[in-house]
Amino acid sequence: MVAWLAAGAAGHAALPPASPEIAGALTDLTGEDADKREAAVTVLGKTRDPRWLQFLHALREGSVYARTRAGKTEVVVGGAKATRGDQDVIDIASAYDRGPLGTVPLAELKEVPADRRLRLVIKPYLDADETRTQLADPDPAVRRGAAVKLGNQAEAGAAPVVEAALEREADRWVRHALREALALIRLANGNPAQRADAARTLGELHSESARPALERLVADTGASPAAREAAGQAIRRIDRWGLLTRTVETLFQGASLASILLLMALGLAVVFGLMGVINMAHGELMALGAYATFVVQNWFRAAWPERVDLYFVVALPVAFLVAAAVGLVLERGVIRLLYGRPLETLLLTWGASLIIQQGLRLWFGAANVDVSAPRWLSGGVPVMVGLTLPYNRVFIIGLATVSVGAMYWLLFRTSAGLRIRAVTQNRAMSSCLGVRAGLVDATTFAFGAGLAGLAGCALTQIGNVGPSLGQNYIVDSFMVVVTGGVGKLAGTILAAAGLGGLTKGIEPALGAVFGKVAILVAVILFLQRRPAGLFATRGRNAEA
Amino acid sequence: MAEFSRRDFLKGSLVAGTALGAGLSFPGVPRAQETVKIGVLHSLSGTMAISEVSLRDVVLMAVEEINAKGGVLGKKISPVVVDPASNWDLFAEKAKQLLLQDRVAVVFGCWTSVSRKSVLPVFENNNGLLFYPVQYEGEECSKNVFYTGATPNQQLIPGAEYLMSKEGGGYKKFYLLGTDYVFPRTANKILRAFLLAKGVPADSIAEEYTPFNHQDYQTIVGKIKRFSSGGGACVLSTINGDSNVPFYKEFANQGLRSENAPIMAYSVAEDELRGMDTSALVGHLAAWNYFQSVESENNRKFVQAFKAFAKKSNLPGGDKRVTDDPMEAAYFGVYIWKQAVEKAKSFDVDAVRKAVYGQTFAAPSGTIKMHEYNHHTFRPVLIGEILKDGQFRIVSRTKGLVEPEPWSKYTSPDKGCDWVKHQGTYQKKA
Repeated sequence: MVAWLAAGAAGHAALPPASPEIAGALTDLTGEDADKREAAVTVLGKTRDPRWLQFLHALREGSVYARTRAGKTEVVVGGAKATRGDQDVIDIASAYDRGPLGTVPLAELKEVPADRRLRLVIKPYLDADETRTQLADPDPAVRRGAAVKLGNQAEAGAAPVVEAALEREADRWVRHALREALALIRLANGNPAQRADAARTLGELHSESARPALERLVADTGASPAAREAAGQAIRRIDRWGLLTRTVETLFQGASLASILLLMALGLAVVFGLMGVINMAHGELMALGAYATFVVQNWFRAAWPERVDLYFVVALPVAFLVAAAVGLVLERGVIRLLYGRPLETLLLTWGASLIIQQGLRLWFGAANVDVSAPRWLSGGVPVMVGLTLPYNRVFIIGLATVSVGAMYWLLFRTSAGLRIRAVTQNRAMSSCLGVRAGLVDATTFAFGAGLAGLAGCALTQIGNVGPSLGQNYIVDSFMVVVTGGVGKLAGTILAAAGLGGLTKGIEPALGAVFGKVAILVAVILFLQRRPAGLFATRGRNAEA
Repeated sequence: MAEFSRRDFLKGSLVAGTALGAGLSFPGVPRAQETVKIGVLHSLSGTMAISEVSLRDVVLMAVEEINAKGGVLGKKISPVVVDPASNWDLFAEKAKQLLLQDRVAVVFGCWTSVSRKSVLPVFENNNGLLFYPVQYEGEECSKNVFYTGATPNQQLIPGAEYLMSKEGGGYKKFYLLGTDYVFPRTANKILRAFLLAKGVPADSIAEEYTPFNHQDYQTIVGKIKRFSSGGGACVLSTINGDSNVPFYKEFANQGLRSENAPIMAYSVAEDELRGMDTSALVGHLAAWNYFQSVESENNRKFVQAFKAFAKKSNLPGGDKRVTDDPMEAAYFGVYIWKQAVEKAKSFDVDAVRKAVYGQTFAAPSGTIKMHEYNHHTFRPVLIGEILKDGQFRIVSRTKGLVEPEPWSKYTSPDKGCDWVKHQGTYQKKA
């Protein structure tokens, strides 16, 4: 009885500004006939009533439902969902004025689906409205996106909107996008003088996305010679700029890859280069760092959901410490018994790598785990027209630089570093002089392992986190250290820079697969010429 | 343990009686309850473990369900699970072990095409039976394999067609991007032939490959950015599992968005999305024959049963586990085999093979049907849009079932696959 009353009241509240046409449209919308549904959306869209536009927005988001009450089908808009007992419930509101209709079980409702076709019909009605809101959005990226969209559509009617937005706009990149959009609109719709003018402006703006439109203008024999001439000049200008951005882009990509290689190889350079231990478990130490990041992220998600973006700052030292601790156990537990026996350490660390790998698989599962990028490492900074530098890559370049700096300081400016270098050069002599070689070995190995953990943490922002993560990186790490010359940090740095730059330099021409082949061939040829790598260490290490 | 298998092997070769062998190999099982052995050949370690472990899980779940209802022909199914460890040679070795030593009635297994190619001679020479559950590049028609995943015309082409349609956005330029191995190479060959046949000019198609586990997509995303600068461009991606995260991340970070240049993925399903930060993927598309978000009673039951199974069996992930297309195909494969055995009233491979033809099953994605003569499966085709929670919103689905074409009519119009009127692959008359 109560339900029936409620249904009656709901039916009344949901009545739109009475019009049989709209009522019919709502009924069609819940049906199966795609053409009728499309027509229904058109009817609602043409009202230009902001409330119906809001309704269409909800429809596109998939939050419009139909329910049958007392033999009548009613269209409602869904709100927050919740689980009550074993039932999923949802707050619903009427279609037009969003009057609340209470909370009902989800099972009683049928979603009114908006397939892509329907969404495409809805789009133009929302776009005009949406673009206006987007152009006033506080986030410059959103404003810029809206401007680019208007430019690609190049509809004459949008020109006044863009002009108005341009007057208010203060952000440099959004202004640029708006001017580009305006020029694209004029290029498509203006008179011959305006078109020539727009072409010149686009050339000045170095607009890569205007290139197809400009090409069409050049090829268009019906257009005025002045406009075609201007378009031709603009294309040449854009192409010259394109060459410049591509060069800068390639340089940045090379630097980014080099910094990643360096970060991966740094720990290995310490362990392999300074201590002579061929550490096959280096990759797995990185994996440990990556999983430590994952665990820290989950702590933050559970304990401080509002501060989750800060997890990465905490994860960096934690990853370092976790990997260092495991490295310490590894060194004190087994590796120290095998110093000076490279083949046995190789087998041993390989075995350790398999154990760690399978341990991770058993503990966290075989599937990859999800480490999300904090907001401050997502997206990129536009530095020039046509070039955006991703934050995560900029960050890794910074981290690699800091790590190298810290390592140099540690090795060459502290007494601990002095002892490490002493043991590296002559273990017996430094022991005689009172250096505790065992302690130095342990700390050096732990430090190298920690660097691997740090690299693993940073790489979560670039790639996957899974049990076999280490295997993906180990080959590249060894390649860098061996090419650089065992035992010399400068060699490692130079090799990372060289390999990174070379890879990115040849990849555009050869493609990723042959690029990789070419790099490996280059490394082989190089090592044939100089087996000791870039920087050969001069005679020492009698016992190794 | 080693002793058992040794003795089993000796007995097997001496007596050569399968029933006796089966009885002896599991001394714990009471003799009265007869069992039939099936093989599960999925990598549980190594690179492919990420995808294949879920297939083992779902096959074991189907077995458990069938056993709970009395088994097949009055016999309980006893699964023999082996781990070929993502090693292609080991696949052949383990397949041989399953067929000759364990004498299984049927094998459910393989993911990558190279692993399937590696076991193919083993199954053909020993007249075994393999149910292969993953979408693949086609161009194969084996008497001893049933393919429950999609053929190219059931996934690749509908995906591209959708993007070309008005409904899908009317895209005109296509960037074919894949990992460098047989599936993407063949897939892109078919896609290119299809696009050219549809009148897409050759300079509006770009093709690019990356090595396995490629991590650095800076250069490629830069290329895509230039390729799409005029608008109307999309990416058709056959990038394999692990490389997807770096690719999508780079794509988003360099300022490309799904509204401007959508990516249609052919190898990204719910199970892979489980380990990804999905924020960069939202709004991009994927083409499959099943999504976990399919709305049907059968699917609701399937998803719930799997979550419950994962929790009960203490599988990593527990009830947070998801289902996806290859898992559905692996699942209904077991039931198709069961129905065929019951129809044939025998476990004999040849009898079962003939009984599979034309079998239908009410699968989670809807009622599917085995082809009457080409060993593949009629399935519906769905296009889904990736959501933030790693699920898909279905934006398009075919009205009925799509007929499987192991030989694509765009690249091999003269070839067909028929095990009833012909001996497998045959030349069509012009």
